[in-house]
Amino acid sequence: MVQVAVKGETRFLTGNYAAAYAAKAARVQVVAAYPITPQTTIVEKISEFVEHGELDAQYIRVESEHSAMAACIGASAAGARAFTATSSHGLAYMHECLWWAAGARLPIVMAVVNRALGPGWNIWTDYCDTMAQRDIGWIQMYCADNQEVFNSIIQAYKLCEDPSIQLPCMVDEEAFILSHTSMPVRMPPQEEIDEYLPPRKPQWKLDVEDPVTFGALLSPAWYMDFRFMIQEAMERVKELFPKVEEDYCRRFGFEPKGLIETYRCEDAELMFIAMGTLAYEARLAVDALREQGIKIGVARVRMFRPFPKELLRELVSDARLLAVLDRQISFGLEGALATEVKSTLYAMEERPLVAGFVLGLGGRDVTYHQIEEIGRKAHEWMLKGKVERETTWIGLRGEKE
Amino acid sequence: MNPDDISALPLAPISKPGSGASGKTGFWRTFRPVIDLEKCVKCLLCWLYCPDATIELDENDYPHVNYEYCKGCGICANECKVGAITMVREEI
Amino acid sequence: MKDLPREEYLLPGHAACAGCGPSIALRHTLKALGRRTILVIPACCTSIIQGPFPVSAVKVPIFNMVFAAAASTASGIAAGLKAQGIEDVTVVAWAGDGGTADIGIQALSGAAERGDNILYICYDNEAYMNTGIQRSGATPYGAWTTTTPTGKLEHKKNLPMIMAAHGIPYVATASPAYPLDLYAKVKKAMKIKGTRYIHIHAPCPTGWRYPSSKTVEVGRRAVQTGMWVLFEIENGKFKLSRPSAPLVEKSRRRPVEEYVRMQGRFRDLTDEDIAVLQAWVDEVWENYKKLYST
Repeated sequence: MVQVAVKGETRFLTGNYAAAYAAKAARVQVVAAYPITPQTTIVEKISEFVEHGELDAQYIRVESEHSAMAACIGASAAGARAFTATSSHGLAYMHECLWWAAGARLPIVMAVVNRALGPGWNIWTDYCDTMAQRDIGWIQMYCADNQEVFNSIIQAYKLCEDPSIQLPCMVDEEAFILSHTSMPVRMPPQEEIDEYLPPRKPQWKLDVEDPVTFGALLSPAWYMDFRFMIQEAMERVKELFPKVEEDYCRRFGFEPKGLIETYRCEDAELMFIAMGTLAYEARLAVDALREQGIKIGVARVRMFRPFPKELLRELVSDARLLAVLDRQISFGLEGALATEVKSTLYAMEERPLVAGFVLGLGGRDVTYHQIEEIGRKAHEWMLKGKVERETTWIGLRGEKE
Repeated sequence: MNPDDISALPLAPISKPGSGASGKTGFWRTFRPVIDLEKCVKCLLCWLYCPDATIELDENDYPHVNYEYCKGCGICANECKVGAITMVREEI
Repeated sequence: MKDLPREEYLLPGHAACAGCGPSIALRHTLKALGRRTILVIPACCTSIIQGPFPVSAVKVPIFNMVFAAAASTASGIAAGLKAQGIEDVTVVAWAGDGGTADIGIQALSGAAERGDNILYICYDNEAYMNTGIQRSGATPYGAWTTTTPTGKLEHKKNLPMIMAAHGIPYVATASPAYPLDLYAKVKKAMKIKGTRYIHIHAPCPTGWRYPSSKTVEVGRRAVQTGMWVLFEIENGKFKLSRPSAPLVEKSRRRPVEEYVRMQGRFRDLTDEDIAVLQAWVDEVWENYKKLYST
């Protein structure tokens, strides 16, 4: 048996525990905690760490998610490394504060357990919660397994605290599929993580030695330039994140996955574009379709904001049709991922066709058989040279398989 | 800060302390307070109550109005114990 | 008074209306707080009074924040400072009545229940003045506002008592008409750990409709009529402050009508309305006496 030198302790952890352990490894200094299913075990675990003295952090048991983000903003503006976690309605409730965090250029990291919004009450997964926050200036990373949840949170602090970035980041994992499912997670030794991620050096802070006023009246003469600066920082993320990830992976013995992780895309005419665990589920469909001679692959978009336009254009340049799997709907248009993909392709002189598929909302199960069917349909359309339906909803009641 | 140079902007909208944050607010006035130092008993009430910190005390604790910023609200005249302050109409 | 620090932390040339009561209060609050202070200011008049970017009229660090989050942001700042070993900075939330009694009450209540180490100061000009004089929970009965054009029908929410019910170590009321009393209360509050609450009654010529020169006089009359009571509740012990102490005797309180007739916002009050207001004032005093008589 070949022994690969890997460092650190491996535990069998849920996605939520992986997030909690990552916050601990990142030595977060202030944690604001408000419970919402299915995020609760993140903040519960962190409270154990704090009360057992394993994590030296101020733990504020806030009375709402709006306050959770406000407290993180305050703590971060004061110079501390801040963390919180939420889901669904909690994310929606803190919406105005999310704008404030990005506009204040504060490197807060938040774990979001992707959960559907009501009414009625649905605690299962889809991406509508975080997708609804795609305009605001937060970096967004979507994970497909628990190791990625752990790694991404630590990498996020490294990325966000870089002087050239200074933006907050949400690290997203699907409700129950990742949050409550246990997988092996290898955690590098703390001293080595400390070398990778040293203490935060704030680029600006509330300091009585140098008093400043943050966020006063900002007239039309000034406002737009600050917004442009946020957009520029977002653009820089696309260059910097792969380096941040590669550094982490080299030190700790992981494989970097980049902004988009591909599977069997090298000679693919047909591609699934997907996110999260659906993309891993799609691999089974890819393998089955390949057996039948269909040249198909799956590209998993990991970083959704900033959207990796340049990389996507490169990856799909030889493809003829992209089947976009959206675990989300933007009412009145289509799945957000489909929109973003199409918008990315527009600048290309020659571009593949795009067919959008909406599936898995509110935790409705999506099987690799269904994805295989989508692949087959997409293949038909590819051969016809025409997408017969811009957006297809998969798995609705009464649908014939 | 050069308003034409975006790279000179701070990272976020961060202001620095200074007088005249809202300009020369003395222009707002319709009436100006005039202090008769002969009558003044240095009770310091005018200095105490000014919302704009535009009454300055000299080294002998006599009050003087900073007309660059005084808005002419008249609180000082209203509170003066000995009627040493009169509100005088500004000329255009 | 001669011992009040001369250094100004509220600088001239700010954007407040002429005769602004809250500005007098802020000026003296900052004198008491001194350099080692961080302010959190939610949407309110003071958000604008600071002046537009890039100059600020205040010489201590300020974090401007969304309307509902004054207390929660202050809690976060306090935690962030503690995490960095900084314990000698006073973290102050400076909020209007709208941001305290209405939209901000959840965060304030949460901070108080947790005992977060913040000093929360509400300056109360009795309406959403910054947005053009709309009524708030702190607007008194009968007052004209742009959303109560024929006069508010509900009585003023008693924020100090709500805060006292949280069992926090220090609750106090103050007024810019009594700046030395305000100064002393801020100085006292600074030395206490935990959640401290000061509620400042702050007359507003623009919203209350009186000549700008009368701000201090109106504030004084509020106390003299008993409409505004100056007190402290320290670890549950209630103590009337000197200007209000004699007014336990109803006969020592000037009739509420004297206060009401100074202000255009009460112009349409009938004698019956004034009687309602007078009865409310008397009841508030009776309640304080019942709750706190030794």
